[in-house]
Amino acid sequence: MLAKRIIPCLDVKDGQTVKGTNFLQLRQAGDPVELGKIYSQQGADELVFLDITASHEGRKTFTDMVQKVAAEIDIPFTVGGGISELRDVDRMLSAGADKISINSAALRRPELIDEIVSHFGSQVCVVAIDAQQSLPEKEGEEGTWTCYLNGGRIPTDRNLFDWAKEVNDRGAGEILFTSMNHDGVKQGFANEALARLASFLTIPVIASGGAGKMEDFRDVFAQGHADAALAASVFHFGQISIPELKTYLRKEKINVRI
Amino acid sequence: MKVAVVKYNAGNIFSVVHALKRMGVEPLLTDSEVELRSADRVIFPGQGEASNAMNYLRERGLDRVIPSLTQPVLGICIGQQLMCRHSEEGDTDCLGIFDAEVKRFQPVKHEDKIPHMGWNSIQNCQIQNSKSSLFKGLDGEFVYFVHSFYVPVCKETAAVTNYIHPFSAAMQKDNFFATQFHPEKSGEVGQQILRNFLEL
Repeated sequence: MLAKRIIPCLDVKDGQTVKGTNFLQLRQAGDPVELGKIYSQQGADELVFLDITASHEGRKTFTDMVQKVAAEIDIPFTVGGGISELRDVDRMLSAGADKISINSAALRRPELIDEIVSHFGSQVCVVAIDAQQSLPEKEGEEGTWTCYLNGGRIPTDRNLFDWAKEVNDRGAGEILFTSMNHDGVKQGFANEALARLASFLTIPVIASGGAGKMEDFRDVFAQGHADAALAASVFHFGQISIPELKTYLRKEKINVRI
Repeated sequence: MKVAVVKYNAGNIFSVVHALKRMGVEPLLTDSEVELRSADRVIFPGQGEASNAMNYLRERGLDRVIPSLTQPVLGICIGQQLMCRHSEEGDTDCLGIFDAEVKRFQPVKHEDKIPHMGWNSIQNCQIQNSKSSLFKGLDGEFVYFVHSFYVPVCKETAAVTNYIHPFSAAMQKDNFFATQFHPEKSGEVGQQILRNFLEL
């Protein structure tokens, strides 16, 4: 049976990881390649590296990092951040990335998804969606989920479920959905929205935002029907260790790779 | 040991080159018949579309060279599929090393997503009732897959994975070995499989 995936996410700026770590007394806690290697040895199923650099030099450093990851790490990895045209995708895949993720660029120009899929195949194309749910207008109603641009700074007129369907139909390989309501709160993932996505999408969904304890991962798989769960700080700060998490999930009858 | 990696128009060839380097092997990436024939091991990797790949191999005469190699050969992913008789992908005649037809996955339930992508387990790692040497010390482990086409279970199946239905996760016949999964992306288990191949 296909295993549910656990994916640590590393934010990279000028070639260094941004969020620190306080576990394992890393000599080079800021080196994304070293950190990725440790996660891989601990049993992470994939890695995501997000380039949060704005400068041109930073981009070059990021490409160098991708080459190093490809040479040294033997599990699949996705890179994202600043990818807005086919040329960027080609550069990342040539450097050795297995998949790329696009976000704002796809919302601005959805045809980019079709182009990536026809040039490189659907399996390389992850579309990240940041969305926020509004407060309900009346009691008993549900708030609307709206997609945001630029790392959650600019709202669009796109509804999460409509956009996810379009992304699916344009041939993307996966959707990485981050709930802005849950991100950073550490009270669990957006399981209702995730379950609704899983009910009509035909591609895998990676859940992001809200991981705080091991039970949250069980619930995102059991209730949210996610195919994979992504988290950053709970892993970086050692609040949850991947080997413990996987042992726990298996005990809870979630199929994970150990 | 001289290890040659077949150079052709498929993606993802460098990841197997990197994996070999991590194991201390410096492989030669080549499409030359002489180089391929003189290597101790040949790896035929890749990710891509069957008819384009076969056209490229035919133009360079590699469709003749690969089936006539006598040293251990390992096909990976599309490599395994191209080593079969025919593929439904682009209605393509392939190399015919394995007597099998490559088929497209057909979803049965809503949860059956195509491509089959992620970590799945390999079972029954044996060929004609004896342990496949490619999987020495392994059975039931998780390995990494990305594919939309599959080879049904047949007499040349050397490991089975279940997705929608059982299919050939690995195949073996004489000096020819193949995996549908990516050993070069399958962590320590994958490295063990590559090592087993080099130590055949």
